[in-house]
Amino acid sequence: MSESNTHTTTSTDEFIKGLWRENPVFVQVLGMCPVLAVSNTAENALAMGLATAFVLLMSNILVSILRSFIPKEVRIASYILIIATFVTITDYTIQAISVDLHKSLGAFISLIVVNCLILSRAEAFASKNNLGKSIMDALGMGVGFLFALFCLGAVREILGNGTFFGLQLFPDGFQAWIVMILPAGGFFTLAAWLLIFNLVQQRKEAS
Amino acid sequence: MNQESLGQIFINASLVNNFVLAYFLGICPFLGVSGKLDTATKMGGAVTFVMLISSMCAFGIHALLVAIGAEFLQLISYIVVIASTVQLVEMFIKKMSPTLFRALGIFLPLITTNCAILGLALFQTNKGYSFGQSIVYALGAGAGFTLALVLIAGFREQLEFAEVPKVIKGTVLTLVIAGILSLTFMGFSGLGTQ
Repeated sequence: MSESNTHTTTSTDEFIKGLWRENPVFVQVLGMCPVLAVSNTAENALAMGLATAFVLLMSNILVSILRSFIPKEVRIASYILIIATFVTITDYTIQAISVDLHKSLGAFISLIVVNCLILSRAEAFASKNNLGKSIMDALGMGVGFLFALFCLGAVREILGNGTFFGLQLFPDGFQAWIVMILPAGGFFTLAAWLLIFNLVQQRKEAS
Repeated sequence: MNQESLGQIFINASLVNNFVLAYFLGICPFLGVSGKLDTATKMGGAVTFVMLISSMCAFGIHALLVAIGAEFLQLISYIVVIASTVQLVEMFIKKMSPTLFRALGIFLPLITTNCAILGLALFQTNKGYSFGQSIVYALGAGAGFTLALVLIAGFREQLEFAEVPKVIKGTVLTLVIAGILSLTFMGFSGLGTQ
């Protein structure tokens, strides 16, 4: 994992690593709260993933630009302020685009502020690297997060509701697995995805 | 103004809508510090205390922001208050009990980014709770958080010695236990309504 911070890496590497090798959800297990809470339908998951990726990108850009001006002692507080500003912007934008979506995501848009993923990228990457690399890192992590969220949301909606983006998938006789929509289903689905991820990783190492 | 009785609010926040198991708030410390029963209890105490203080501050700030018509600053001011409260608690614990300070380690400053605390402040504002109701809500949420943390720490201590396949060890196992606990807590639904 540490080799990604040496100078030999290219921007493409920074992008790719967020997708699989250092996937924020499946490998680093960061930012779990929104992952579990709003992944009950594929649509919610997609919206949440996009909102988080946007905040991540903007905060990484700003932190990277300001990295030589922010005193070391107050850096965490400054990062949180930067993140909170962009989250407020996102919150009002979503409200303007679709009130229904804003309602179904609820307080979890505001809670992007305390998503450990964003703060950890600001602290571990953007504060140490130049603008170009930080943008690629944010894009990679953002897409990786979106991908993971979408995986969860799709499984939970298909099994728990029998639909995909609101489209009926199964004939009327299908008995929906109510548990998948409930909070417990979030834990189980995430556990299942992590298990698959671990298995693939293990097989790769063995060969 | 919200009309719920205080007892109702407490039961709702701690059991029926448990912050960790029903709202998925505060999952990071829930997975991170739940390895040992002892640390889990103390972590629960610290979080409850920060919740109580920040809930009181959030009530004051909200009233102030509404008075000057600057509600869009709500999120930013809440997070600043929480960060300062955590800093205060950190200095207090460091002075009073250096052993506890070392045991909690990195997770103490990380309380700032615990969504349960910011979530609590936002929910109480949305629900329009009065000052007394807010305090009871914070206490209930803290009790619920501590309960979930202690329960899962107990299970994990027992499972240390169980023989499980290597791929399942760690996060996957904890998540499965959390899922089962969450199902159990659904049994409480219906309590505290009427």
